[in-house]
Amino acid sequence: MPIHCFIIRPCSPNDPRAAGLLVDAHALGLMHLTQLECHDLYFVEGDLSDQDLSRLAAELLCDPITQVWRLRDESVPANLIERVLRPGVTDPVAEQIVRGAHELGIPNVERAATGQRFIAHATRELDSADLHYLARALLVNPIIHHYALGTIQASFPQDAHASNQVEFLLVCSASDDALLALSRDRRAALDLNEMRAIQNYFRSVKREPTDVEFEMIAQTWSEHCGHKTFKAKVSIQSSVASSQSEPFSEIDGILKTFIRAATEKIAAPWVRSAFVDNAGIIDFDDEFEVSFKVETHNHPSAIEPFGGANTGTGGVIRDVLGVSAKPIAATDVLCFGPQNLDLAKLPEGVLHPRRIRSGVVAGVQDYGNKIGIPTVSGAILYDEGFTANPLVFCGCVGIAPKNSHPRTPQAGDCVIVLGGKTGRDGLRGATFSSMTMDAQTGEVAGASVQIGDPITEKGLIEVIVRARDAKIYNAITDCGAGGLSSAVGEMAKDGGADVDLVNVRLKYPGLAPWEIWLSEAQERMVVAVPESCKSDLQKLCDIFDVELTDIGAFTDTGHLIVRFNERIVVDLANEFLHDGMPRRQLTADCRPPIHASRVTHHVPDIRSKLLELLSHPNIASKADVIRIYDHEVLGGTVVKPLTGAMNDGPSDACVIKPIGTKGTRGIVLSCGINAEYGKLDPYRMAVSVVDEAIRNAVAVGADPDRIALLDNFCWGDPLRPETLGGLIEAARGCYDAALHYRAPFISGKDSLNNEYLGSDGLRHAIPPTLLISAISIIDDVNQVVTMDLKGIGDVVYLLGLNSEQSTVNSAVPEMPEHAPELYRALHRAMQSGLVRACHDLSEGGLAVAAAEMCIGGRLGMELNVNDEMLFVETNGSLLVEVQPENCAKFESYLQYLQSQVRQIGQVTNDNRLTIGTSQIPIAVDELVAAWNRSA
Amino acid sequence: MKPRVLILHADGTNRDLEAAQAFELAGATSEIVHLNQLRAREKQWSAYQLLAIPGGFSYADTLGAGKLLALDLQVYFANETREFIETGKPVIGICNGFQALIKSGLVPISNFQHPTSTLTFNAAGHFECRWVMLAPQSQKCVWTRGLVEPIECPVAHGEGNFVVRDTATLDTLRANDQIALMYSRGDGTPANGEYPFNPNGSVADIAGVCNPQGNVLGLMPHPEDHIYFYQHPQWTRGKQRGLGLPLFENGVRYAAQR
Repeated sequence: MPIHCFIIRPCSPNDPRAAGLLVDAHALGLMHLTQLECHDLYFVEGDLSDQDLSRLAAELLCDPITQVWRLRDESVPANLIERVLRPGVTDPVAEQIVRGAHELGIPNVERAATGQRFIAHATRELDSADLHYLARALLVNPIIHHYALGTIQASFPQDAHASNQVEFLLVCSASDDALLALSRDRRAALDLNEMRAIQNYFRSVKREPTDVEFEMIAQTWSEHCGHKTFKAKVSIQSSVASSQSEPFSEIDGILKTFIRAATEKIAAPWVRSAFVDNAGIIDFDDEFEVSFKVETHNHPSAIEPFGGANTGTGGVIRDVLGVSAKPIAATDVLCFGPQNLDLAKLPEGVLHPRRIRSGVVAGVQDYGNKIGIPTVSGAILYDEGFTANPLVFCGCVGIAPKNSHPRTPQAGDCVIVLGGKTGRDGLRGATFSSMTMDAQTGEVAGASVQIGDPITEKGLIEVIVRARDAKIYNAITDCGAGGLSSAVGEMAKDGGADVDLVNVRLKYPGLAPWEIWLSEAQERMVVAVPESCKSDLQKLCDIFDVELTDIGAFTDTGHLIVRFNERIVVDLANEFLHDGMPRRQLTADCRPPIHASRVTHHVPDIRSKLLELLSHPNIASKADVIRIYDHEVLGGTVVKPLTGAMNDGPSDACVIKPIGTKGTRGIVLSCGINAEYGKLDPYRMAVSVVDEAIRNAVAVGADPDRIALLDNFCWGDPLRPETLGGLIEAARGCYDAALHYRAPFISGKDSLNNEYLGSDGLRHAIPPTLLISAISIIDDVNQVVTMDLKGIGDVVYLLGLNSEQSTVNSAVPEMPEHAPELYRALHRAMQSGLVRACHDLSEGGLAVAAAEMCIGGRLGMELNVNDEMLFVETNGSLLVEVQPENCAKFESYLQYLQSQVRQIGQVTNDNRLTIGTSQIPIAVDELVAAWNRSA
Repeated sequence: MKPRVLILHADGTNRDLEAAQAFELAGATSEIVHLNQLRAREKQWSAYQLLAIPGGFSYADTLGAGKLLALDLQVYFANETREFIETGKPVIGICNGFQALIKSGLVPISNFQHPTSTLTFNAAGHFECRWVMLAPQSQKCVWTRGLVEPIECPVAHGEGNFVVRDTATLDTLRANDQIALMYSRGDGTPANGEYPFNPNGSVADIAGVCNPQGNVLGLMPHPEDHIYFYQHPQWTRGKQRGLGLPLFENGVRYAAQR
């Protein structure tokens, strides 16, 4: 069948896409380039007449006003680079070309594929080495693309049918060495104890396991799904004395001892589900409950930033769908290497932090915007430790009527898969390329990379919310890590299931049964549906173009049976699969914190120090990222990520009033993260980020007694005792801080083994990083407070920080003793309408917070505090603006906290910030300029 | 009886709830209907007095935003849409809906003619979400007729740059009073192409245009996202103005009085 290749290019020389590429090329140091033309390629296969071809181009592929088209011929312009997707990489455009062609009445179009061509122009001759360099540094990701200097042909996926290959693995009589070798060869990450448990089980059932069974056990018992480290017994080698907790000698599970224990001890009546479901759930009002989940997608984002972040967003949205909730807000917290990193210093095989950042941000944008969920809250941090191992935290908030989430599959219910087709996506991630593959897809490495399809997931949302309201299903789980194996395995935990993989719809041929079962293909959900409700579900699916596949039935046999074309390939007892994993026994070495002394108190030049801080990448405006996320869709964003007179002040937290809810209630979303503290003192780091998340929420008006927390630990290899020791210290900090503020944890996730092998041959771990996300309730959104200064002559108060704290000699601040009372008092003042603006002190301390308030309001401020206090980074501190006539009343709310409250100045009409003993004013315009110019 | 609005939902539509809410508040009855329900004749075009094609990413913006939805309209519903429009029922396409209308030749021209204008990539080269000020212009357009106050509301798009084939096209739009809404500065004066007041580089600051008859409006910004004061980015600074609601009330009133 002939393949036709169309080239579509813009008419105008001013092509924004080409201009953007050139900026990126220059940022990477390729200054000799003067232009990078970028054209689209569409490959269409079929017997097509000349008239068909011109109709396809004119009516489908090309915008007649802004683009021109031609068929690709033999001519090859100088400096040409073409790229196509590797076979198996999701290409939603290709499917739509076929659909559109058929709609146009051109049925002979059989298949389609897409690509791009780039033509480089430079101040000097470019040789092939230059072009290869350009391609690899900027234009191509070898994980998903093929490229050529010159023209390239697209490769098409073949029609899909599965292979029936099932292998038996020999474990029953294997030696310890052989068991460990098997674990290693199949990248199962199981230790000897775990391998022996598997051996014992199969000895007892008197047969060898199939590869499907082994892979399923490895998945169920993986760190990701089984949380082995957080559930392990840990003995402590050398505990630290702490003023707040007794030293431990043994810990009976980190999760149980610290995180869940805090939640149980606080016993907040408004917590509806903590650590049970795939997302934590709290009460919203009498009618609704809200759920929140935050996940990481670090390794996939390191390898293919766009796809990694894209599917990270898609995955966490499914977590929320998995508790039958409608997703209503997304969050993203991102940690990258320095953007100006010298290319020569980049470890081999690692993408430049700039490419990682732009890919990750584009991935979040693509998924969130297209699925129609506002991305409202987040943070971006830069540190050299994140160069090879970026952190991508994706969060999602959902809302559902109370008690509408069914959790129990009934024997006889159909096992229904909804959504996308199954491919090799995400199968053991990046290591897939070195694994056994069939000949036809010899270069299908890229197929294991996941790229999302938000429109398919949007269809899932539409169907599931309606199916929930119609009570069509008895249980629901998302397909995330571990795919069907994990989803069906979890749902069948208390009963059983019997499914046949031959029913699963595939993207391309040759998948072995274990690959189908374990595939992490995106945009799939599993529901347990009574036979009698199946046709109702099918009707909903037909309306929203969602695929429904019945793959078997839930049972009550206590066994999980998986077949391939009726032949049994998995027969595992639930008891063994879910409770048979031996508990790990780990050793931790809790070392004393590093007491690095605090930044020098004496700052000779306050002005340049402040301007420099405002331009620091971790502090400077993130508007360039925030504005490419749709933070308005669904119409409920009451406090936006950017606020103030010119809409560019950084909000402490965002507030959502969910569409379709009655009354005045809102949801407050905020977060705390500090990688710098993590390097020095994990205990205080945890305390500090809990305080930061809560402080941010309180600053916009959240009720301090209605704050729930989520933890996301990103750490190195926990088998190293000192790494585990730091983790335990941080968990202990979480416990103490949660109790201090009476803020329960409702969900959490750990991502361990965030390490990479450096060119020096050593393993490098990321800075120990804990993200705390907070979800809170505000009773009346009409009482929200934003951070921008509002009125000339208003009085400015400093809460929390006092001169005593500013002299404590430690780089990491301690738990602020009075903060809970302070926050409650401040909240009461806000409820009485006494607070006009409020902003928390975080990175850069008081001076930066004051500058940001000036920027937000485009107003000046005059503050009288001594220089020592200006840049101190502390916990539990805020700046508050109050109208002069309300000062007495405001102070009365805080009278029993006198040491924590101080009038320090006022809002002025001179558009200048005047701070420090020298009282040298800085124009607000200068602050704005510095803040918008990231170093 | 309240006029009934058909809120058209295609795969990837995502601002349908807000559009439905805005119309309800403006005095109409909203019903969100998927294309497939119309194709299957479960729902009838004739049951509705207004049509709204809301924002979103129909078919993921594949091959150009709105392009494939435009194709759906042409292929499956040419007669229905033609009849809807020719009988004078009010039609509004917001953001992705505008993109679909312009690419199918239903605005600012009519009757599925070959387009003389389009919406292309923002001049800045990327998606952008920010609030803009809109000055209502056209007295011919049933949606903007009589509106005096500027509307403040967000844009959230990557392909909202309105371009025309030639200057004659622009002259015709002006001569026929088809320029419905223009991007303006905070003080109501024209944006004159200056970013960010004109957020995407649209020619002549055009944010919305109508068809020659004036009953079909296409616009990029989202007035349906400013129907309550607390949605305004500066409402905590006491700014309570510029609601998008009057635009919807205009359309609903027109439909009710026909």
